[in-house]
Amino acid sequence: MDAPKPQFRRVAARAGQPAMLSFDGTTIRATTGDSVLAALLESGALIRRLEFGAEPRAGFCLMGACQDCWVWSAEGGRFRACTTEVADGMVLSAEPQLLGGADG
Amino acid sequence: MSEHTSDVVIVGGGLIGAWTAFFLARRGQRVTLIEKGVVGAQSSGVNFGNLRLQGRFPGQYPLSLRSQALWEDFDALIGEDCEFEQTGHLYLAYDEEEHAKLESYAKVSESYGLAIERLGRAELKRRWPWLSERAIAATFSARDATANPRLATPAIARAAVRHGAVIRENTPVTAVDRSGDGFALTLADGGRLSCGALVNCAGAWALEIAEKFGETAPVFPAGPPQFVTEPFPYLIGPSVQAIDGSVIFRQIPRGNIILAGYPRTAADPANNRAPVPPAKTLAAMRALARVAPMLAQCHVIRVWSGIEAYLPDMIPVIGPSETTAGLFHAFGFCGHGFQIGPGVGLCLSEMIVDGATQTPLEPFSIGRFRSAAIISEKFRREFD
Amino acid sequence: MADIVIVGAGPAGISAAETLCAKGLKPVLIDEGARAGGQGYRRPADNLALDMNRLMGSEAGKYAALHRRFEALRAKIDYRPRTLVWAIDGNQLHLLQDGRAATLAFDRLLIASGAMDRVAPLPGWTLPGVFTLGGAQVALKDQGCLIGSRVAFLGSSPLLALAAKQYRDMGADIAVIADTTPFAAKAAALPALLRAPRTLLRGISYMGASLRAGTQMLHGVTPVAVEGEVRVEALLLRDAQGRERRFACDAVALGYGLKPETQLADLAQAEFAYDPDFRLHLPKIDGLGRARPGLYLAGDGVRIGGADAAEASGALAAHAILTDLGQPQDIELVRRLARQVERLRAFQRGLARAFAWPAAQIAALPDSVMLCRCENVTIGDVRMAMAKELGPIEVNRVKAMTRCGMGRCQGRVCGPALQEIVAAGRDGASAGRLRGQAPVKPIALAAAGDPA
Ligand SMILES: Cc1cc2nc3c(=O)[nH]c(=O)nc-3n(C[C@H](O)[C@H](O)[C@H](O)COP(=O)(O)OP(=O)(O)OC[C@H]3O[C@@H](n4cnc5c(N)ncnc54)[C@H](O)[C@@H]3O)c2cc1C
Ligand SMILES: Cc1cc2nc3c(=O)[nH]c(=O)nc-3n(C[C@H](O)[C@H](O)[C@H](O)COP(=O)(O)OP(=O)(O)OC[C@H]3O[C@@H](n4cnc5c(N)ncnc54)[C@H](O)[C@@H]3O)c2cc1C
Ligand code: FES
Repeated sequence: MDAPKPQFRRVAARAGQPAMLSFDGTTIRATTGDSVLAALLESGALIRRLEFGAEPRAGFCLMGACQDCWVWSAEGGRFRACTTEVADGMVLSAEPQLLGGADG
Repeated sequence: MSEHTSDVVIVGGGLIGAWTAFFLARRGQRVTLIEKGVVGAQSSGVNFGNLRLQGRFPGQYPLSLRSQALWEDFDALIGEDCEFEQTGHLYLAYDEEEHAKLESYAKVSESYGLAIERLGRAELKRRWPWLSERAIAATFSARDATANPRLATPAIARAAVRHGAVIRENTPVTAVDRSGDGFALTLADGGRLSCGALVNCAGAWALEIAEKFGETAPVFPAGPPQFVTEPFPYLIGPSVQAIDGSVIFRQIPRGNIILAGYPRTAADPANNRAPVPPAKTLAAMRALARVAPMLAQCHVIRVWSGIEAYLPDMIPVIGPSETTAGLFHAFGFCGHGFQIGPGVGLCLSEMIVDGATQTPLEPFSIGRFRSAAIISEKFRREFD
Repeated sequence: MADIVIVGAGPAGISAAETLCAKGLKPVLIDEGARAGGQGYRRPADNLALDMNRLMGSEAGKYAALHRRFEALRAKIDYRPRTLVWAIDGNQLHLLQDGRAATLAFDRLLIASGAMDRVAPLPGWTLPGVFTLGGAQVALKDQGCLIGSRVAFLGSSPLLALAAKQYRDMGADIAVIADTTPFAAKAAALPALLRAPRTLLRGISYMGASLRAGTQMLHGVTPVAVEGEVRVEALLLRDAQGRERRFACDAVALGYGLKPETQLADLAQAEFAYDPDFRLHLPKIDGLGRARPGLYLAGDGVRIGGADAAEASGALAAHAILTDLGQPQDIELVRRLARQVERLRAFQRGLARAFAWPAAQIAALPDSVMLCRCENVTIGDVRMAMAKELGPIEVNRVKAMTRCGMGRCQGRVCGPALQEIVAAGRDGASAGRLRGQAPVKPIALAAAGDPA
């Protein structure tokens, strides 16, 4: 499968440790110091899916105000992608990840 | 035909006033409802939305069940949707003492014909795997329900208007006087009204009218801290309450969790303020994480409360004045008026039009406050 | 000694802390961000090879000076980065620090919370690839990234051209710079514009530079739609002559000036009044920045004025604190600061005509346009609720009925546009003011502590 065209374009190099994340099962190479949002948008155009109708979203204000960039982590946690730095080994997803089963 | 401007004037456009106007208008009464702000913006519009049946004050079951039937018929009756969901209500006990209390509630509920399921640890785990292990027992009442309070009152008010009621918003009633065997009202905009029957359902502001006619009740304005979380996949199902009073929550189909916590905080009806101390929000957040640990990473996005009138015995005043013929009171709903709202409106309409109602309302007489008030254990526990 | 807490480590907060420090006080300086500097003077991470001198242009000196001043200050104050103030209760701040809730008492509180972009919705504005204009600058300064390879700049602001220039210098193609305010309105405001503070003058002069570089700069446009399936593919406009124009692009930067972040001021019980020039409800302050006894507001968080005004107003508010503490003041200095703040803010007010908030365009948007990004509420949903018998006529009731403004961002993004839909061509004041509620940003249950 073709990798999706990136949304962001890096124009300043970053010196730092490599950090590997996974997003919806795809491996993403980032550098420490990158925001989660920049890392994800350097390799695609999706951060989350709207809860109502699943339309794609990729953040908006990039300054922690609009709250339109919350990604899910595999442990059920949530990050605001634009204000969270990447960490090596992060497992992220655009779809909600919750522990526990459905109503039986 | 009387020369009054209305047969009935209702003071207060909350849920109680709106249902009362609806039923009276349906019976062909000339009804005017006066609201100082907008319809359903106070307690009635900000409450938790629970239509809980189990665990109520025993003397309230006839009224409560009559009300539930009306909620179940809401769409047909009112012609609009208010997000009514028959989710059921789950009551949790954390220790044996609480378990015994659950059992006694269940017996009362059953004696009024409610179906109560008793659940042990294993059954709880199987049906609601997200529940923490702390609950040792629970009762589930499937007929209990929830609705969206923000939508309900305006919808009922619109239906009342369709049946001929007159509703005036942004119009405080500033004076009420006896006039012959009826009443004369003065409005803030200088307008005047007269009527044969007067309904005082002014919520946390109702005492002024009662006292004008020589009656009183020890009303205490307060509200529980509430919050809502961001949306996430729908999985909770019932509305869930810890019987220790620490927390009650539900998930709406859009995915948000709504929570009410305790203890309640004093509110200020004069300045229209219902503060939510952040410390109480934090306590409620811990309480929710205790019941449903998998929600620990879920985010709270908004808090609020409301101005509700409480009475020391934790039951409302509903019924005719003891001093003044034609005056009816319905206030002090102690945090459970949403569920019984339709029944209260129906009973008031029957009392006004037929002179009596079938539903027993004796425990709610305002006369009970002529002697020293009984203080409910709940009242002691659930306030600061 | 009084406990003084400053919220916001941008130019306003830093200047205030510096002024207090100079008088021997040790304020607490709180900021949600990891690095001091605020929005305009945002400091990139140390490991990012970004030439800030080139990016900041004529402001580079000030930018460097602010960060130098902060470093000199750091050890003398109680600086708490990565700390969100999420609620205010009497004289207690409720904080979120490392994922944990904490409290901090204060005697005097100075809020310098900065601003965010004011945006007008249009069809397609929720598509991936549409960002705020400020966001486009943040991507660059904070991350060394462009929001796209071919970017359209849409809105009404002198910063459209400034940001476009920065983007072109860094290698982006500029699809178009499209301003909704007609050229005639700018010409009329020209005398005022020539007295512009440097930053803005820079923005305005770049309009000329853009034209010379062959970038299309349109005035008086009507935005039609952002087009694309799952991401931005083009921006569709009607130009001043009414012709439909399509600009292929992979990103859109959207900005109609800034609006103060007033949630904390609201929770601290500042009073608000409607400001017809900005068409916003703003906290009331006196000439020095006092909102009520013990509460001071400074910087873009109370009145948009830009970085210079933020600095001056931060110092001014600190002088107000010192005065209220009974310390003798250099009256001449205080007067000078007050005049400077007033002049810079007055200029911004003038700008509001040359770069106007497009109230009428918003009021005319079709029903299908998404208004509330968080709760998925369209303009039609709002209009339908309002059209009902006993329907809402002001924003808080509209919110109760439709959920518009009720989501994660608490109406920060949709609030200004919601006002115009509710006002429907009338005075903005008639729509009322969306009331703020805690938490100012979402907080996880786990932050409240151990549930056991
Ligand atoms: C936070 C909260 C959560 C709750 N949760 C639940 C729940 O889950 N389930 C449940 O059953 N109940 C709940 N309740 C209680 C329930 O909301 C109330 O009991 C019910 O809404 C009371 O309705 P009301 O019409 O008496 O009062 P209100 O809604 O307060 O209406 C009274 C109206 O009278 C008007 N008024 C007052 N004075 C005048 C005047 N002089 N002239 C004109 N108008 C006047 C007021 O403006 C107001 O609109 C909760 C309450 C709160 C605050
Ligand atoms: C996204 C964006 C980009 C901008 N880019 C430029 C630019 O390139 N050039 C330019 O001249 N101007 C720019 N501006 C304009 C900018 O507002 C001013 O230049 C200047 O930064 C204002 O200074 P200030 O001190 O008032 O606020 P800011 O510099 O915005 O500082 C406010 C600080 O308060 C903190 N804060 C806010 N709320 C809380 C809270 N609840 N808890 C804890 N901390 C909090 C924020 O994290 C922030 O650091 C930009 C504005 C924005 C919004
Ligand atoms: S993009 Fe707006 S909060 Fe992250």
